[in-house]
Amino acid sequence: MSIELIGRHEKDSRACRDAVAGNLEKLMDSDPTVCYIDCDLAGCINTKKLIAKYPDRAFEAGIAEANAAGIAAGLAATGKKVFMHSFGTFASRRCYDQIYMSAAYAGLSVRVLGSDAGVTAAYNGGTHMPLEDAAMYMSIPGATVLDPADFDQLAALTNALAEREGVSYTRFIRKGVIRVYGEGSEFEIGKGVVLHESDKDVCAVIASGLMLDEALKAWEALAAEGIAVRVIDMFTWKPLDEDLVEKAARETGAIVTAENHNVTCGLGSAVANCLARKCPTPQEFVGVQDRFGQVGPQDFLMDEYGLRAANIVAAVKKVLGRK
Amino acid sequence: MKALNERDLKILAAEIRLETLKVIHSLGFGHVGGSMDLADLMAVLYGAVMRYDPKNPRWEDRDWLVLSKGHSGPVAYATFGLMGFYPMEEAYTLNKPHTRFPSHTDRQLTPGVDLTTGSLGQGVSSAMGAAVGNKIDGRDNHVFVVVGDGEADEGQVWEALHFASAKKLDNVVVFIDNNGYQLDGPTSAILDHGDLAGKAAAFGLYTQQVDGHDVAAIYHAIENACAHKGAPSCIVLNTCKGKGATFAESSHAHSSQPTEEQWQEALAASEKALEAVKKEAM
Repeated sequence: MSIELIGRHEKDSRACRDAVAGNLEKLMDSDPTVCYIDCDLAGCINTKKLIAKYPDRAFEAGIAEANAAGIAAGLAATGKKVFMHSFGTFASRRCYDQIYMSAAYAGLSVRVLGSDAGVTAAYNGGTHMPLEDAAMYMSIPGATVLDPADFDQLAALTNALAEREGVSYTRFIRKGVIRVYGEGSEFEIGKGVVLHESDKDVCAVIASGLMLDEALKAWEALAAEGIAVRVIDMFTWKPLDEDLVEKAARETGAIVTAENHNVTCGLGSAVANCLARKCPTPQEFVGVQDRFGQVGPQDFLMDEYGLRAANIVAAVKKVLGRK
Repeated sequence: MKALNERDLKILAAEIRLETLKVIHSLGFGHVGGSMDLADLMAVLYGAVMRYDPKNPRWEDRDWLVLSKGHSGPVAYATFGLMGFYPMEEAYTLNKPHTRFPSHTDRQLTPGVDLTTGSLGQGVSSAMGAAVGNKIDGRDNHVFVVVGDGEADEGQVWEALHFASAKKLDNVVVFIDNNGYQLDGPTSAILDHGDLAGKAAAFGLYTQQVDGHDVAAIYHAIENACAHKGAPSCIVLNTCKGKGATFAESSHAHSSQPTEEQWQEALAASEKALEAVKKEAM
């Protein structure tokens, strides 16, 4: 694992969906067993070109996610490496039993891609805003759950997923995001990335996805106040990098998690579960506080649900008071 | 397909019925109704139609069988045992701790089971996925999938048939086990399907309807289905839920827990039926 941290809080001109589409195309070019199924949303992530180029292996299952998940499982049983895409809400809630039983329970590998993670569903509104999608997949034994932050991380993980056995769920942002990593950065599924650390750290901020850049901004704001914190990119929610979580807890003594998801059942819960067993530590949870999504621009939604660097700063100060 | 030998298939069906009863009797209770009614289909499939290798259950050119009505596991376990996938006696561990023979079919446990089923409606979709995969690989094999008429309440069944038709999956044959009953009673009283065969045909499947206990009729319907190109096929099997189990034939129960006396009566009747069909054949 080698990464280049850019972290200048600048928006990437590249849309994340092209990291998925471009890398899937390369995978299909080089491996005739890679298959792709979409549920009438290929146009939203620019994968129509896959369907045009490889019509036998890349195809539409229509607006029928449950059936699509079953098709994916059956294809996997014939030795294919299957990716399946829909919006995060539908790629989880609309096909959960099918992914659970026909794929995971049956020992078949299906790579589910859920686009428009959390509040990035923005103008599609609450009906399309997955704030529990990761929780559903985290409850499947042996599943892999990823929440990548930017284009280059998503590109690297798309490639890694092709060789990953079992059911996986990747919740990603479709459009342009703040760039965190440099091109060619490498990531290992199941291993968190420490972006800032020092021997003066009094708290560790564990974040991923949309919240990663907010965590980096919070690090700067806290540093300006003389408060040193560790920043960890925990892009793999499951299997959680428990060693890294435990080490951060032991060395800093306080934890703040930040997630673009319901805090009752996501990254924060997974971290708390780990710490309760290994190193009980005061923890604050930044994220959506057990609410439904709603419609609006992403900036409004990030303010509305408390998904800002300022919220992380406040949570750090709060948790320091509990040490 | 092998040539039709009605005599052999009738004997095999009777053997499958007897072994299905023995498998469930090993536990004392289970899904008798929806297992027994498939014995004739299983005899035709494994006695004459399907390509398989009991010593290599995952042979890539095999024909696939998906019991989407996964609770019919016992009839599959009886059939596979008789066909040499494993010693028959091993299946007399149905549902016991660490068994390879769970109530619902599991591809990771039982040799011969191609896809895991149990949550109704799902096997139809995964069967279609296997059919797509086999087509990608250029294989000439078939995927046979068995759906219950009660199971057809699930919308997913119709999503899968829609998909199969749209994608012209002519390597698929869908059997609907039209036994007229589901757990809570007659399908007509729970959620009446009306004309199931008509619905399947309307979804674009080449559809036939036959007596599900007439091995020759089943054989010829499969022969027609496999010869039909450009569309998936459907064969509606008119069956009697519990066929051949004395305690279940009239109740059409979804699952049964007969007394030991009833079991002995059923096993004796099944053995007698096997002897009768052997004699009749001679």
